Amino acid sequence: MAEQINTHTYKPNLEIFSETLQRLALTDRNIVAVTSDSRGSGKLVPFGKKFPEQMVEVGIAEQNLVGVAAGLASCGKKVFAVSPACFLTARALEQIKNDVAYSDNRVNIIGISAGVSYGALGSTHHSLHDYAALRAINNIMVVAPADNFETEQAIELAAKADQPVYLRFGKKPMPPLKEINNDGFAFGKGRVILEGSDVAIIATGETVYPALQAAGKLKQQGITATVISMHTIKPLDTALLRSVAEKCKAVITVEEHSVYGGLGEACASYLLQNRITKPFRIIGIPDEYTITGSQQNIFDHYGINEKGIAEVALSLLK
Amino acid sequence: MTTKELKERSIIYRKKILQYIMKANAGHTGGSLSCTDILNVLYNEVLNVSPQNFSSNDRDRYIQSKGHCVEALFVVLADKGFFPEEDLNTLCQYKSHYIGHPTKKVKGVEQNTGALGHGLPIAVGTALAAKMDKKSFRVFTLMGDGELPEGSNWEAALSAAHYKLDNLCAIIDKNSLQITAATADVMNTDPLDQKFRSFGWAVKEINGNDVDALKDAFAGLPFEKGKPSVIIAHTVKGKGVSFMENQLKWHHGVPDKNQYETAQNELDKALSEI
Repeated sequence: MAEQINTHTYKPNLEIFSETLQRLALTDRNIVAVTSDSRGSGKLVPFGKKFPEQMVEVGIAEQNLVGVAAGLASCGKKVFAVSPACFLTARALEQIKNDVAYSDNRVNIIGISAGVSYGALGSTHHSLHDYAALRAINNIMVVAPADNFETEQAIELAAKADQPVYLRFGKKPMPPLKEINNDGFAFGKGRVILEGSDVAIIATGETVYPALQAAGKLKQQGITATVISMHTIKPLDTALLRSVAEKCKAVITVEEHSVYGGLGEACASYLLQNRITKPFRIIGIPDEYTITGSQQNIFDHYGINEKGIAEVALSLLK
Repeated sequence: MTTKELKERSIIYRKKILQYIMKANAGHTGGSLSCTDILNVLYNEVLNVSPQNFSSNDRDRYIQSKGHCVEALFVVLADKGFFPEEDLNTLCQYKSHYIGHPTKKVKGVEQNTGALGHGLPIAVGTALAAKMDKKSFRVFTLMGDGELPEGSNWEAALSAAHYKLDNLCAIIDKNSLQITAATADVMNTDPLDQKFRSFGWAVKEINGNDVDALKDAFAGLPFEKGKPSVIIAHTVKGKGVSFMENQLKWHHGVPDKNQYETAQNELDKALSEI
């Protein structure tokens, strides 16, 4: 069960990204990483040493990072543009919108240390807007892998995707999440981690694990939960969303993002427009001056943890 | 092409630019007329790009950063056979691909542009890819002087010099006017030559409405081995139509019927006098 997992034996998704990229680059010289003084924070120092010809450094200049990445991609390079999610999806948003998505240059935008991974560094370093901003842009997928497996799969698929991809993850070690049906990983297809009939908890990225912990806590009280890793926020797996919402008595979404414009509102929009109305709650970061502290402090403060998610489930099922 | 042929071509392009702007009742007239000679010389004398080789990875790349002057680009691309010229009768109409900025839905267009300060970074990435793959194609981007305050240009200018991209040529259509006022009054970017030199570029300043000067400048590329090149092309906004030249209101002014006829008559007269 979830509480038996020792998180210290697992790797941060960031490291898996770097390892996967190095493995891909071994056999594909078109793999290119573009960084903005971010090779250290992106764990790409070994990549740069092994494949110096496949790494482009642009200095601290995110707009140029994305523009250069678009130019490289237009010539057939499989580009991973890597920078902290907070800068990449705000400073270079217009470049993502025009040079990547609108011009259909197949760049993989890699937002590292996403959400509140840089907790105590403050809001300049948080990305709580990225799902919302990128969901409203045509022709880019929005993906937040939950564990090492999803990260590895997502990077492999991104390297051969026929559409630009935005991928974001944090830097803390993430325990593995075993899928019920073992259907494998595909963009736009959520993974069912746990099946239950009382409450559906649809989470994404690093919040899937606390969602699973909450399900364990609820089980002790005789409540069964379905837990979904909705790693792809756009395009949303609406078939899975519909099936779990119809099956369960309540629906909760969890994300390391503003409660505005992210996974929760995407799910709410689909459910309401398809006349599926169940008790529903979005758990995320509220629209306020974000509290300071570590990532875990911030999660705990806003109830993005075992206790908080379980409490919301209980209140919805009352 | 001879100088005479190029000059004739420029006037014919200007006539067509006005024709399609008139038909669409929209367009960036002044800037399209200022950069006509640059596009003429690029597509007829310099670029290794054609409808036949457009899908080849070895073609030269032309990225129009000043996307709003798309009418000049479309007229030249039609002349080069990328699409039938009559398509331009749909310019800016419902469901037409021929919209007010370049899009890749139109054959011959490399990148979707329109927001300013985007062409040079993309051109840098494209030129880097050529270097990585040891390909000999060259990359050209046309920028307006009014878009130079965009910081992304200077980020890209640094990286072009850092990576010694002598396969990259930026052309600045320095017509010295922008939508509000004279560029020098809105945000002075002079002395441009010194700025680019200090950023590590090789610089040439020419009369950008002189086809011979343009031909000579392009023939001298790269201006220095190991450095990106920039041509500061001094041009006249509204060039070729006396009442449009250097007049702010023609930035995106559309002529009325009388003005249109006067303009076409002037251009016909100039054509007959070459």
